[in-house]
Amino acid sequence: MIARRINLRVNGLMVEAEVEVRVSLADFLRGQLGLTGTHLGCEHGVCGACTLIVDQRPVRSCLMLAVQADGSDVETVESLGTREALSSLQQAFSDHHALQCGFCTPGMLMTLEAYLRDHPSPTREDIRDVLSGNLCRCTGYQGIVDAALQAAQARKAAA
Amino acid sequence: MKPSAFAYHDPRSSGDLMALLAKLDNAKLLAGGQSLMPMLNLRLVAPDHLIDINRIPELAGIRLSAERVEIGAMTRQADVLASGDLASVAPVFGQALAHVGHLQTRSRGTIGGSCCHLDPAAELPALCALLDTEFDVIGPHGARLVPASDWFRGYLQSALDEREILRAIRWRPWSRGHGHGFHEYARRRGDFAIAGAAALLDFAADRSIRRAAIVAFGVEPAPRRLGRTERALLGRKLDNEALAAAAEEARSLDAMSDLHVSAEYRRHIAGVVTRRALADAGQAAEVTA
Repeated sequence: MIARRINLRVNGLMVEAEVEVRVSLADFLRGQLGLTGTHLGCEHGVCGACTLIVDQRPVRSCLMLAVQADGSDVETVESLGTREALSSLQQAFSDHHALQCGFCTPGMLMTLEAYLRDHPSPTREDIRDVLSGNLCRCTGYQGIVDAALQAAQARKAAA
Repeated sequence: MKPSAFAYHDPRSSGDLMALLAKLDNAKLLAGGQSLMPMLNLRLVAPDHLIDINRIPELAGIRLSAERVEIGAMTRQADVLASGDLASVAPVFGQALAHVGHLQTRSRGTIGGSCCHLDPAAELPALCALLDTEFDVIGPHGARLVPASDWFRGYLQSALDEREILRAIRWRPWSRGHGHGFHEYARRRGDFAIAGAAALLDFAADRSIRRAAIVAFGVEPAPRRLGRTERALLGRKLDNEALAAAAEEARSLDAMSDLHVSAEYRRHIAGVVTRRALADAGQAAEVTA
């Protein structure tokens, strides 16, 4: 019972894999699927860098085992946009210089992606509250909050 | 930062779970994983068996009747927060849950996990103490109901036996329009509080207090009801003297100290948040009664 076969959907594609039961969802995505967009900062649920969307909800993928995602729908930062065509959220991060080193950015993006789907008209305070679970240690939050508000506007305009 | 090896079990029914609990030694139950997974990653715990109870549907759900509110142990904190039904019978939950971790941890974190892990500063166990919930427990030797007064056994220690699980918490709802207040102070948003307090009040038509419950948490190793103040409030108005008496009792608790916070400072904060929570409970009742 050290390994298990799992089936899940990752960024719209069905994946079947054999996974050691103690492997986190984050390590599985990075190590076995090569989806290294998901970053691991603290590996104990404090920094939020590994946030992704599982069954429509934002979760910390260092605090979930890969085997627990069997049957789930997983969305990582790779699902957002392409190098040529950024998503409106990614574009907003670029416009507002909402990153420097970029290490925390995938978690920031996935937290905001999940939140903006359910909350199309957030206030500045709402965004600050939502981002309290994502640590940035270089850029600071001003640009990130500005980017989130621009992205919310852009999504509403596109809807 | 990787867990040591364990055997993984994910039972699909309570019956299968009971069979596993009866037979496996050095097993840990995995609920939402927002406390246990960090402990596994840091190897603070190294169980031989991990029993994942996320695939047992009957353990989750919020059930309401006029006489009773019941929350299944595996109900996610996000679902508790989103429940409009619960917000109408126990609005203090919404206030408290805004302080429980973050958006991402509430997606997975469960009410039962909080109540069994029992961090001294955890908000949800404090609400259980406040509401006098019953803890519905089942183990290989059958089911039992544990009153809140008996649930808290000390630091990270519940009344749960090694081979038992918490199925649900339940309580008799307070009257509609009761007053409620919740305050906590933490160094960072979403962190465990240095100290917190919650209060519920019911008023008679002449604005005298008919029923009162106050809890301070994060102060002692387990949430503490302020019984002396609760009794003294009955039949009185909620005036400055009453608020001062509540703060005084909170300041008299046997407060913990740690690297960041001395016992004296924690007692001070306990007094402040208790006063604010109780004052808010008075205000809230005035608006809705």
